[in-house]
Amino acid sequence: MKQDIILCGVGGQGILSIATIIGWAALDQNLHLKQAEVHGMSQRGGDVQSNLRISDTDIHSDLIPRGCCDLIISLEPMEALRYVPYLAPDGWIITNTEPFVNIPNYPEMDAVNADLDRQGNVIRLDVDALAKEVKSPRSANMVLLGAAASVLKMLPPELFERGIQHVFARKGEEIVNTNIAAFRAGLQAAKK
Amino acid sequence: MNKNLLLGDEALALGALHAGLSGVFAYPGTPSTEITEFIQLNTLARERGVHSDWSANEKTAMEAALGMSYCGKRALVCMKHVGMNVCADAFVNSAMTGANGGLVVTACDDPSMHSSQNEQDSRFYADFAMMPCFEPASQQETYNIIQAAYDYSERRHIPVLMRLTTRMAHSRAVVSTNTEAREQNTVHYPENPRQWVLLPANARVRNEQLIADFAQFEADAVEMGFNTLTDGTDNSIGIIACGIAYNYLMEQFPNGCPYPVLKVQQYPFPRALARQLASRVKRIIVMEEGQPLVEQRLTGILDTPVKVSGRLDGTLPRTGELTPDCVRLAVGLQPLPERAASQTTVPRPPALCQGCGHRDFYTALNNVIHTYGDTARVFSDIGCYTLGWLAPFHAFHTCVEMGASLTMALGAATSGVHPAVAVIGDSTFTHSGMTGLLDAVNAKAKLTLCISDNLTTGMTGGQDSAGTGRLEAICTGIGVEPEHVRVIVPLPKNYEEMERVIREEIEYDGPSVIIARRECIQTLKRHAAKK
Repeated sequence: MKQDIILCGVGGQGILSIATIIGWAALDQNLHLKQAEVHGMSQRGGDVQSNLRISDTDIHSDLIPRGCCDLIISLEPMEALRYVPYLAPDGWIITNTEPFVNIPNYPEMDAVNADLDRQGNVIRLDVDALAKEVKSPRSANMVLLGAAASVLKMLPPELFERGIQHVFARKGEEIVNTNIAAFRAGLQAAKK
Repeated sequence: MNKNLLLGDEALALGALHAGLSGVFAYPGTPSTEITEFIQLNTLARERGVHSDWSANEKTAMEAALGMSYCGKRALVCMKHVGMNVCADAFVNSAMTGANGGLVVTACDDPSMHSSQNEQDSRFYADFAMMPCFEPASQQETYNIIQAAYDYSERRHIPVLMRLTTRMAHSRAVVSTNTEAREQNTVHYPENPRQWVLLPANARVRNEQLIADFAQFEADAVEMGFNTLTDGTDNSIGIIACGIAYNYLMEQFPNGCPYPVLKVQQYPFPRALARQLASRVKRIIVMEEGQPLVEQRLTGILDTPVKVSGRLDGTLPRTGELTPDCVRLAVGLQPLPERAASQTTVPRPPALCQGCGHRDFYTALNNVIHTYGDTARVFSDIGCYTLGWLAPFHAFHTCVEMGASLTMALGAATSGVHPAVAVIGDSTFTHSGMTGLLDAVNAKAKLTLCISDNLTTGMTGGQDSAGTGRLEAICTGIGVEPEHVRVIVPLPKNYEEMERVIREEIEYDGPSVIIARRECIQTLKRHAAKK
């Protein structure tokens, strides 16, 4: 059993925190994991992505081959589309619906949504709004992780909550709790 | 054994600490920065007092590490690939002195140029310096090999190069690590003190010895077990897979590769193993990140007529990092079915942060420069502010390498160009700009050096900048007239004053310095959060 995941968004949105928690959970379960990150120049507001591979057997490549990705988790709708050549025929996209517009030629949202429609298995959530609803406005990325947990079959959802506790522990109990609330909101929303 | 989730950079750092490291010397540079940062934050390193302050540049780092090795302790140098150019003099001559305490130089290459200006391959440096080189294929092997590299460096009395590439440096995997660390070495001096004094008479003797040793290093690369030749069931092709290329190859064959494979993680390139492989197969495909070093080396060393394929004959792309996809095609497999690329998506290039001081500085500079028409030339440098070439600023004409802004402006001023303006960051200025400023002062050149001082090394994530708080003193100490070292605060409310100062200094008939000083907004946010 293996799952190949592309995490994507815009530099600064917090995809690496999502990756860190999934990584902690995989390590806890004694699974194999490889996670290629992008650091450096593109973190300045450019497109960023991370290739995350989880498996119960050896993983060779740090990069996911084209056509093999099981799940794209995106904090930004147009960024989700950037990686569709990597998505497997039965792969899923879980994406935030709120665009991050920091370029003058950002496409019309109707076109972005139509393109997402063509991709098949897509879960769309306004993670910013859901984060605000549970009074965790800065934890939109954890809402998205919660939604992703509904399809990350190799890792049980409770495990992510422990991962959040572990990763955010040094920032204090309040931060841990708001992040867990956001995670649960995402998990619930995706189940609907 | 402990299990850790580590970046390749972190696996290297932890392995070095467990090997009894006494000091890491480095200048930040993607994708190498996390090695030093890991050591700076590591508890064991703090308890042991392992040196980990940033160096002013890669040359000072390399020399300090060589000094530590001379004193018998284990030292680590880290840099991005182009840093090898900066420290090349010290690096190449460190093979001549040899090592006393274990000395490992780590170069992180950046094929595909994710954050760099070229694709140079550091293995060539090891080759012409006649130094051994290791290129681990996985994070676990990185952790294991760095420890072996320290022992090896001391056994053969030679510095060694560790080569990582972006996908190893910045990819995490589960790594099993030791629970205990080797003790640090105590101070002890080299057995052969003559070869540390590279007078021609000594150096000639040493050169003969090094050439003889290099043959031994190649024999070691056959015997030490980091290079392995595996049999296959299909001898129509044989594959040489260097470093992480091995992973992309094995990705294609979940049940094992049918072809014989030479996995290479140690250089000098083990020609004997290549000959063994060649004797069994009709064609060899070389898979290597970066430039075709091994592929070129195979010419003329094989005893049998074997076709050699790789990056030079188009079997693999000539440029860019390898991927599982291009390796798949290289071994003759059909591409996997894939979806068409989205036609809706547009590029999203990186940009200067909103509220960044570089933005306000470029706005003011542009307003002045545009009044001079097309003759004005602005020479910029390496850092976040290089993004000022993009829209909407289009603020300068060149960006080449660390420090080139100032000295290219000197060349322009000497050619009669006015205004000749250099734009450099504070960290880049202390890295490689200060000596150029001395040239400008001695030439009494009519140029204006603008130091966009954000009090940090911004692009790599906000590391300490070597000259913070002393830039005015450095510039006047080098000989710039104190009244022509001006400080401005890059904010929209100050545009009028900024433009007046810039214009005055451009009009001054001699070298002048304008320091545009405001803290990086990324580090400002972090400092605010800490409070």
